[in-house]
Amino acid sequence: MIFYLTALALGLCLSAMGLGIFITMKIFRIPDITTDGSYTLGGVVTAILLLREWPMPAVIAAAMAAGSVAGVLTGLVHTRLKIDALLSGILVMTGLYSINLNLLGRSNVPLNQENVIFSTLGPFEDDILNEFSVSLLIVVVLSALLAYVLRTDFGLAMRATGSSETMTRALGINNNRMKIIGLAIANAMTALTGSLVAQYQRFTDINMGIGIVLVGLGSVLIGDALIQWLGLRRVWLQLLVIVAGCILFQIVLATSLTLGVDPSMIKLITSLAVMAIVGIPRLVRRQAI
Amino acid sequence: MIELSHITKVFNRGEVNEVTALKDVDLTIAKGDFVVLTGSNGSGKTTLLNVISGAVLPGGGRVRIKGEDVTDMPEHRRSRWVARVFQNPLGGTAPELSILDNFRLAALRTQPKRLRIGIDDAFKKTVREKIAGLGLGLENKLQQPIGALSGGQRQALTMLMSAMDHTDILLLDEPTAALDPKSAEVVMQTAEKIVQAQELTTVLITHNLRDSLRYGNRLVHMHAGKIEYDLDAAARQQLKMEDLYAWFER
Repeated sequence: MIFYLTALALGLCLSAMGLGIFITMKIFRIPDITTDGSYTLGGVVTAILLLREWPMPAVIAAAMAAGSVAGVLTGLVHTRLKIDALLSGILVMTGLYSINLNLLGRSNVPLNQENVIFSTLGPFEDDILNEFSVSLLIVVVLSALLAYVLRTDFGLAMRATGSSETMTRALGINNNRMKIIGLAIANAMTALTGSLVAQYQRFTDINMGIGIVLVGLGSVLIGDALIQWLGLRRVWLQLLVIVAGCILFQIVLATSLTLGVDPSMIKLITSLAVMAIVGIPRLVRRQAI
Repeated sequence: MIELSHITKVFNRGEVNEVTALKDVDLTIAKGDFVVLTGSNGSGKTTLLNVISGAVLPGGGRVRIKGEDVTDMPEHRRSRWVARVFQNPLGGTAPELSILDNFRLAALRTQPKRLRIGIDDAFKKTVREKIAGLGLGLENKLQQPIGALSGGQRQALTMLMSAMDHTDILLLDEPTAALDPKSAEVVMQTAEKIVQAQELTTVLITHNLRDSLRYGNRLVHMHAGKIEYDLDAAARQQLKMEDLYAWFER
């Protein structure tokens, strides 16, 4: 039970990133893999500022701001230098590794139990309950905010940009600016997840981001499959299902660990799970035709 | 309203597939003019239209709209004067957004898109009434994704969308080329209504000879990147379908 509750809490922490990847991949149709870098960046900024005893809201804001800068960089490389979106993301992600290492000063920094957001915000005695409730609160606030933004005129313009660029240009929308803003929002949310996970595991590690984009992609793909299957059109419902996808993916990983899979194999399991999520529906569909 | 002077456009300059799309083209279109633009494939009509809209920036020459030099202004900023309907019915709408969402964005063509929810009951009512005017029964499907509609339905809606916000210039690039005759009729009737009601300056590209004699008050024919004929309404009255056909023969 406790085992699944921790998987649930971790899934909630990862939902912020999942929602960010949903924005880039499903709304803007940009394959953004800055994620690995901006996730670690969120953890790194959090570690540095917590050690300097900054107040928690400032720490979170700074982590998200740092992530958004990474997103803007990828956006600028993509739109100004006309470099393929995938390559732009790889360029920024790779560059960020050095920046993260230099900022952090060493490869691993432990965080003080008393300082983490789950202890400062959580009302309970029990750590696991605090982790669950605080991450749930954050995800609810974030989803509500995002659902609102996507329903505004600005949000419509964002969604239209990914759907038909000729249309948006003709309607006075600067597509490049929109993409940069989208990447900024997505990577700010990824950095938030990096910050939360670092606080959740009580350390920031320079390698914590390796392959994290696959976790996000897998979660969003599970969510998206559910969205298509249920035929959901309302934006807030779609966001909710994406969060569910993130949690589901963590539970799958947690279950595979309980079944005796070696923890060192977790990246392989992740990769195979994503491959299955993407591949199996295509195989089934081909047979149906 | 629109002044093009010495417009030149060369695509793929210096490469084996170099194409001169426009050669020193001059064209002045007065306010309220409805120009029908004809010419065979590759004559430069669409490039000329794109130079006006800003989708193509000319290699040489100046573009003026309402007296303002807009030669280097990007497409998305010219939208404050220019509304467009594309040849491809998929080009003018965002398929994943609902009919209502598409109309909302069209209603903000000349305005910034702000962080507030703009679709209220009054807006829904306006859109429903406008769409009911088409007589296609789409007024009860406002929440449907526009991608689920047929090409003809989408093109009719795109035409209506162009009139959702203030516009001076309407650019129609073969809006009915991909449509069946009945849908084409609906789209062109809608266009005529909008043009007349708002006294728009209009440029229509068409390959339909009957349409090119029927609509507008001026006929401009292009050949090999140049304007070959430019007839006013009186001169066009004298023109027969055979004459027009002969223009395409050479």
